[in-house]
Amino acid sequence: MSASLYRRRLFVNRFNLVMSLATMAFGMAFLFWILYVLFRDGISALSTTLFTEMTPPPGSAGGLANAIFGSVVMVGTATLVSTPIGILAGIYLAEFGKSGWLAKVTRFINDILLSAPSIIVGLFVYTIYVMQVEHFSGWAGSMALGLIAIPVVVRTTENMLHLVPGSLREAAVALGAPMWKVILMVTLRAVRGGVITGVLLAVARISGETAPLLFTALNNQFWSSNMNAPLANLPVVIFQFAMSPFEDWKTLAWAGALLITLAVLLLNILARTVFRQTSLR
Amino acid sequence: MSASLAEGMLTSSLSVPGSKRVDRGPPPPVAIGTAARWQDALFEGTTRLFAILVLVLLLGILMALSYAAIPAMQTFGLSFFVTNVWNPVTRQFGALAPIYGTLVTSAIALLIGVPVSFGIALFLTEMCPVYLKRPLGTAVELLAAIPSIIYGMWGLFVFAPFFADYIQPLLTRIFGSVWVIGPLFQGAPNGIGVLSAGIILSVMVIPFISSVMRDVFEVVPPVLKESAYGIGCTTWEVVWNVVLPYTKVGVIGGIMLGLGRALGETMAVTFVIGNAYRISRSLFEPGNSIASALANEFNEAADPVHRASLIALGLVLFVLTLIVLAASRLLIARLARGEGTKT
Repeated sequence: MSASLYRRRLFVNRFNLVMSLATMAFGMAFLFWILYVLFRDGISALSTTLFTEMTPPPGSAGGLANAIFGSVVMVGTATLVSTPIGILAGIYLAEFGKSGWLAKVTRFINDILLSAPSIIVGLFVYTIYVMQVEHFSGWAGSMALGLIAIPVVVRTTENMLHLVPGSLREAAVALGAPMWKVILMVTLRAVRGGVITGVLLAVARISGETAPLLFTALNNQFWSSNMNAPLANLPVVIFQFAMSPFEDWKTLAWAGALLITLAVLLLNILARTVFRQTSLR
Repeated sequence: MSASLAEGMLTSSLSVPGSKRVDRGPPPPVAIGTAARWQDALFEGTTRLFAILVLVLLLGILMALSYAAIPAMQTFGLSFFVTNVWNPVTRQFGALAPIYGTLVTSAIALLIGVPVSFGIALFLTEMCPVYLKRPLGTAVELLAAIPSIIYGMWGLFVFAPFFADYIQPLLTRIFGSVWVIGPLFQGAPNGIGVLSAGIILSVMVIPFISSVMRDVFEVVPPVLKESAYGIGCTTWEVVWNVVLPYTKVGVIGGIMLGLGRALGETMAVTFVIGNAYRISRSLFEPGNSIASALANEFNEAADPVHRASLIALGLVLFVLTLIVLAASRLLIARLARGEGTKT
């Protein structure tokens, strides 16, 4: 074999591996660039008044208290409702449906919904709820967020239940336990770390969602805990303030952006490390 | 914990040959009852109900949007999809410009995102030292965790000025006079426009595509790779000639997943695309995507036809992503049958 061919192959190999390293650096560069900017502009805007004062009118100082409260309430409601629904649907897919047509179709649809545009979910809630009652509300916002969270919980619950060895189920059944007890008290409990991970990831996903809230919860400049009225929330406030020409508002938007990102990243890291579960052993 | 407990109970009752049991006599027979059977049926029914709910959700979205879009269809008919007008004042609406913007930004996202994702997947599966795999893999996935609105703010305030000052003049200098593609890179470098939106989208889809690629690369049987290495292939030759052909279907599935994400991405695009209902030859010019049109206009659309037109746009987007995501799932499922993918 000619030495030139050999050298060429080595060169191609080396070049492409270096390029691969470069793409990794490219991805990391964007991650750190975004985080750097966020911390640079966000930390200087952080203060205790963020948590005590309301969103201000243009040109004056204020905080984000009402928006933080609204976000927490809506994400909380959405999580409370979507977690049991998602877990039960996941149980059906993993334990009962198995390879029946219903489970197959549901699994497929669920995977599609997992990546479906969140703005469409907002539009859906608008057409079936907001348009009928003719006002924006915190309930509508929670509904949209809940619909986005369900597929995430379904997917992780099913995946986790598949990790449970069949012998464990058989053992429990052999002791005379009815199926529902076997599932709720043995199989589901065996993978509860993984299921919690799924719920945390779902919470992380919906806390940053802006698009579905635009047409559902809208926004509210004042303190409101009325779920049946427009409710302030961090993402929409960030959107409005960042797009505005006022410096005060932009600063608040950066502070809000930092808060949201910190919360989301923390939830993600928590879910991946503390409750990490890829196998039962 | 409870797992080991249940197993322990079973093994102990089997290993002790029942000497104690015999002393106490056989346990009284228990009617394995109708109660337990009822509870089981109820439980299965409940879980099935919620599984059906997921199905109904998809159909519900399709039907609700179709119904709400009827006024627009009645007014404009099928020409809605091919008309390039968007004028709330004269109440003339056509979807061509936002559809074009959606497709072009997604195409740019894939053009950049696919090679980069491939590089990252290659790095993480073949080159990366084991102790760095977890942290680097997680870091790439964190790109997907950052909320889209953060990408938008960063894109508008940081990336766009940088892009206008350094990258756009460079692109014009390099490609500006090239045959055919030249006009794409001409125009005022103001940082806001279709190209910026596409580039930011590409960063956002990288974690999704590279995560699928990594997963499918891992399913290649080691013996295939080892035999290729055995006859003297380089790492690149193994990846290009063995791993990639073997995982082709799954890789395409991953790309489709990225496309599905890019099509529906809203906030990041809304910040940087410029929101102009225009189809320009230059990628530097502002445009509009379906999602950003919805985010910007929907709440201000008081006119029923305007509103219905926006909902019709949403329906187009939903059907488009459904097709792409369905294709993605089918392809991935063909390669890794029975395995779930990452969220």
